Amino acid sequence: MKKPDVVRIAAAQGFWGDSLDAPRRQVEGGPVDYVMLDYLAEVTMSILQKQKERDPRMGYARDFVGAIESMLPAIAEKGVRVIANAGGVNPGACAAAIRQVLQTSAKGSALRIGVVTGDDLLPRLDELFAAGHTLANMESGEPLSSVRDRVLSANAYLGSTPIVEALHKGANIVITGRSTDTALTMAPLRFTYGWKDDDWDRLAAGIIAGHIIECGAQCSGGNCLYDWRSIPNLADVGYPIVEGRADGTFVVTKHEGTGGCVSVHSVTEQLLYEMGDPHSYITPDVIADFTTIQLEPDGPNRVRVHGIKGRPPTDSLKVSIAYRSGFKAVGTLVYSWPDALEKAQHADRILRERLERLGLSFDKVLTEFVGVNSTHGPLTPEAGYEAPEVQLRVGVRSESRSDVERFTREIAPLVLNGPPSVTGFAGGRPKVEEIVAYWPALIHKSVVRPAVEIV
Amino acid sequence: MRVQLVDLAHARSGDKGDTANVGIIAMRPEWYPLLAKELTRERVKAHFHNVITGDVQRYELPNLHALNFLLHGALDGGGTLSLKTDAQGKVFSTALLRMHLDVPDAEAKRLGLPGAP
Repeated sequence: MKKPDVVRIAAAQGFWGDSLDAPRRQVEGGPVDYVMLDYLAEVTMSILQKQKERDPRMGYARDFVGAIESMLPAIAEKGVRVIANAGGVNPGACAAAIRQVLQTSAKGSALRIGVVTGDDLLPRLDELFAAGHTLANMESGEPLSSVRDRVLSANAYLGSTPIVEALHKGANIVITGRSTDTALTMAPLRFTYGWKDDDWDRLAAGIIAGHIIECGAQCSGGNCLYDWRSIPNLADVGYPIVEGRADGTFVVTKHEGTGGCVSVHSVTEQLLYEMGDPHSYITPDVIADFTTIQLEPDGPNRVRVHGIKGRPPTDSLKVSIAYRSGFKAVGTLVYSWPDALEKAQHADRILRERLERLGLSFDKVLTEFVGVNSTHGPLTPEAGYEAPEVQLRVGVRSESRSDVERFTREIAPLVLNGPPSVTGFAGGRPKVEEIVAYWPALIHKSVVRPAVEIV
Repeated sequence: MRVQLVDLAHARSGDKGDTANVGIIAMRPEWYPLLAKELTRERVKAHFHNVITGDVQRYELPNLHALNFLLHGALDGGGTLSLKTDAQGKVFSTALLRMHLDVPDAEAKRLGLPGAP
C-alpha cells in the first residue's frame, strides 16, 4: 500500500476533564486520520483505582464513552482511527463500555477495538519485591516496601510498540492504560511510515510531536502568555493537529476557521511545559533532544518542526505509583474593605490560636491571602493601594483524619466570633480530602510484559 | 537602564513532583544572548530564595531562544500533598518575569529594548 505523504493526527483531549466538544469538533472540522486523547495525569490513576475498588466495572475515563459517541460517524464512515489512554486501571471495562456504544449501529458493530495491557504492576508487587525489585522512590531513594500497605496503584509507562501492534492488527480504536502521553501521537506516525525501532531521530520527532499536542489547546493559543490579548476567538479555540511526514518533519496546525492561534511563540511555550533536562527527554522508545528542535512559520496558523535528534533509550521504564499519605482540607473566608487584609490576618492569628488550644497535630498549616500573595508569595510587591477585598485561605495537612475534620469546624464560627465584615462562606464546611501522593520509580524493561488484544 | 523581564520574555511553567520548571523565552531572538548572560543560576536562585527550599538547575535552549530552570522544593511537597493555591507551579513563570535587569543604556538602545533611550 502506498504510504501517504502526510498523516494527520488530531489532539482532542489534554487531560481528564478537558472540553467535551473537542473530539467531535476535531473530526468534523476538516480532514484527520487519527484522533488521540490523553486522559491521564500523574494522580489520575489513583483516582481511577479508588473508583474500581468501589465498583469493579469502573476505573477508566468515563468521558471517553461520550467522546466515541460523538465521533462514531467519522470512525465508522470516514475511517478515522482513535488512540486514547482512557483505559486507566481497567482497560477491559473501558473496551466493554465502548463496545456497547459501537453496537448501536451496523457499521459500528464491525469496528475493532485494540486493548493494550501489561502496565498494571499492582497485582505483581509482592512478586517484584521477592525478585529484588525495590521500586525505590526516584527522589528520596526509599524502597516502596516502606509504604507497601498504603499503595493504591502502580503502573509502568508503556511506549509506542504495543499501540503500533494494535494498529497492525486492524484496531479502529486503541485503548491503553498507562501509556506515555507522547506515544499516543508517535505510534500512528511510526505505524504509517514503518519507522524502525532504532530510527532514533524519527522516533524522537514523533515524541516531540506528541509533547506539543498532548495538552490539547495549550499549544494553539490556550494559556499562551505571548501577546495574549491578540489571540482571537478562544471561545471557539481550535485544538492542535500534527501533519506528519515520512522523514520525521511535521507541521503543527489547527482546523481552518477555528479560534486561537498556532505560532512559533505558542508552540515554544508548550515545548517548555513540564520540561526537565532538555538534552534528555527520556521515553521508553527513545531519548529526545529538545535542543535540536527547529521551528519556523509555515503560513497562517502553521509551524514547521524539523532537525530533531534522538538517541537510544535507557533499559528502564518509569513506574507511576500512588499511595495514601494522610489528609488535608482548605478553608476560605472573604473580608471586605475597610482594612480587608488586616482583618484577614487577624482572623488567621485567631484561628491558629484556637487550633493550638485544641491540641491538634498538623504537619503543615499554610495561610495565603488571595488577592494579595497567593500566586507569587513574598515576590509580590506592595500594592500601593488598599485592597478592596481579601480572601483568607488556610490549608492544613495531617496523618490524623479527625484533626483535619476538627479544623474544618473552626472556619465558619469566625464569621460570628471573629473580625468584622466577612462573607463568602456559603459553600459550607471545607471537605476533608484523603491525600494520594505520587511515588515515581524505575523498573527494568524486561520485567514488564505489554500485551495487545483485539476485542 | 532598568528593565523588567516581563517586557523581554514570555514564559510557561509546570511541575514534576515537588519541582517547578520555568521556561523563559526571549520575545525577540536577538534578546536571547542578553537573557542567557543575565539569568544565571545564582541570580534565579536568589530571586526565589524565600519561595523554594531546594536548589536551582539551569539549561540553555539557544535553538528556541529559551532557558529552562528547575526549581526544587517549590511546591510544598508537590501535586496532591501541596496546600498551595498554585500546587502545580502554573504561575512560577510569571513570578520569574517580575525580575528586574540593569542593562547599559547603549546596549539597550542597540537591542531596541522597550523604553530604551
